[in-house]
Amino acid sequence: MKSSSKVFFLKVIIHLGALLPLLNLYFLAFADDLGADPVEAVIHFTGIGALNLLLITLCVTPLAKIFKQGYLLQTRRVLGLYAYTYALFHLLNFIAFEVQFDGALFISEVVKRPYITVGMLAFILLTALAVTSVNKLKRKMGKSWQRLHNVNYLIIVLVTIHFYWSVKSELTSPLIYFALVIALLLFRRKKIKGLIWSMFR
Amino acid sequence: MLIKIPKKSHLNDFDVTDESIYHQRRSLLKKMGFLGAGALLNSAISANAQAGFFSDDDAIFQTKPLDYSKDSHNQDLLKTPEQKVISHNNFYEFGAKKHQPAELSQGFKVDPWQLKISGECEHPITLDYDDLTKLFPLEERIYRLRCVEAWSMVIPWIGFPLASLLKKVAPNSNAKYVAFETLYDLKQMPGQASRRLGGGIQYPYVEGLRIDEAMNPLTLMSVGLYGKTLPPQNGAPIRLVVPWKYGFKSIKSIVGIKLLKHQPSTTWKKLAPKEYGFYANVNPEHDHPRWSQASERRITSGGLFARNRIATLPFNGYGEEVADLYQGMDLSKNY
Repeated sequence: MKSSSKVFFLKVIIHLGALLPLLNLYFLAFADDLGADPVEAVIHFTGIGALNLLLITLCVTPLAKIFKQGYLLQTRRVLGLYAYTYALFHLLNFIAFEVQFDGALFISEVVKRPYITVGMLAFILLTALAVTSVNKLKRKMGKSWQRLHNVNYLIIVLVTIHFYWSVKSELTSPLIYFALVIALLLFRRKKIKGLIWSMFR
Repeated sequence: MLIKIPKKSHLNDFDVTDESIYHQRRSLLKKMGFLGAGALLNSAISANAQAGFFSDDDAIFQTKPLDYSKDSHNQDLLKTPEQKVISHNNFYEFGAKKHQPAELSQGFKVDPWQLKISGECEHPITLDYDDLTKLFPLEERIYRLRCVEAWSMVIPWIGFPLASLLKKVAPNSNAKYVAFETLYDLKQMPGQASRRLGGGIQYPYVEGLRIDEAMNPLTLMSVGLYGKTLPPQNGAPIRLVVPWKYGFKSIKSIVGIKLLKHQPSTTWKKLAPKEYGFYANVNPEHDHPRWSQASERRITSGGLFARNRIATLPFNGYGEEVADLYQGMDLSKNY
């Protein structure tokens, strides 16, 4: 198979794999068929979904390098944009269904609760990446585009902290995510070391 | 003396696969099936959505109808539908996710049961399963239940005042506190056996009240809800209900009640003393360090678009009955 058709099939799978669960989720939630507390269910599902998609996005480069499958890199943008979509739904769920458009409550929660502050910061950074993912902008930005998109490594750490801080007592799942994030960052240790050095220069 | 030499083929009680283990196996298989389908996006989809596919292969715990007198005051409160009350539970002994207790507890054995009341009292007693529903007249109490996680329900409990039970054992003058303990049974309660499933809290679960809180007429020993005996996920066969305190005070599946001189060390307070206090009175002025307690989402019927955020009331709206218990106390320090 040509690599262009491989990319096409992969993208079809990604679109279906990301959109169908989301459609199914809201269908069940609106029908009140998502457990006793659909609000909690949609918030958790979209939040964990965003984190999983971010991790999958970060897996692409190592996989492409290890198995020498360069065409895989062409799936990074669509995966990243779905991670952003899930994060956006996560935030909208919180605003619309949890605090129910109480603006004052929303702002005080973002300011007063460290785990929400961290989550909000990650979302703002992710928004910058999503907006600049358009080809035209990418070309215009030249080298600074890559610099901006390196922020992804910070985002994944912030999101994992956000998850870790949000749980009541079950720490095993967030700790597993921390281990995965560390593994993915270790794969890029040279690049990240360079990034950290350049900050102090 | 009769000496029995068992044949090799003879099966003892302990050879029989425990019913609960059998059910766990089933639900484990169920989960694996689901994991396969939804692994990409860690399925948090609820028990209800799953049950549709598998509803015929799980034996459901059988509850029995109870005789009781109706609550004459609170019939106008909008109740949380029974299906939601019995499928959305914090009972970490059967899993820390809300849908897990209903799935993992259906093989739970409640008969025989022993509830031992002891400590600083004149007549310690042990109640067995039948005593729980027969020793005292049962009454319905429709109470608001406010979870520390900022959601709430309205539940028609059935039970008897804890005060009736305590009067029977006659606390002595040393009895200043009452401690409660949940069953500890690694075979029947998978959350106690697995840190991951059980959320990493210490077992057995222990809760406590001051003796005057325990004697307050609102404090209920519940044996049922919605007209029937309790299902396991709600704390069968007997649990505490203290409606002016956060839900975690209302300990489930109780096997021991002890009258004590000193304040007992309680489970959530031990785990995170800055987040959960001994008193745990519902207090909209005192936030949990990680979220606001000023308002709550009332779970009734209606899906995602139910506009259900309401203001949280001091003492969950039971201030008239209980506020004088805390006269002169600084409630922001004694949270």
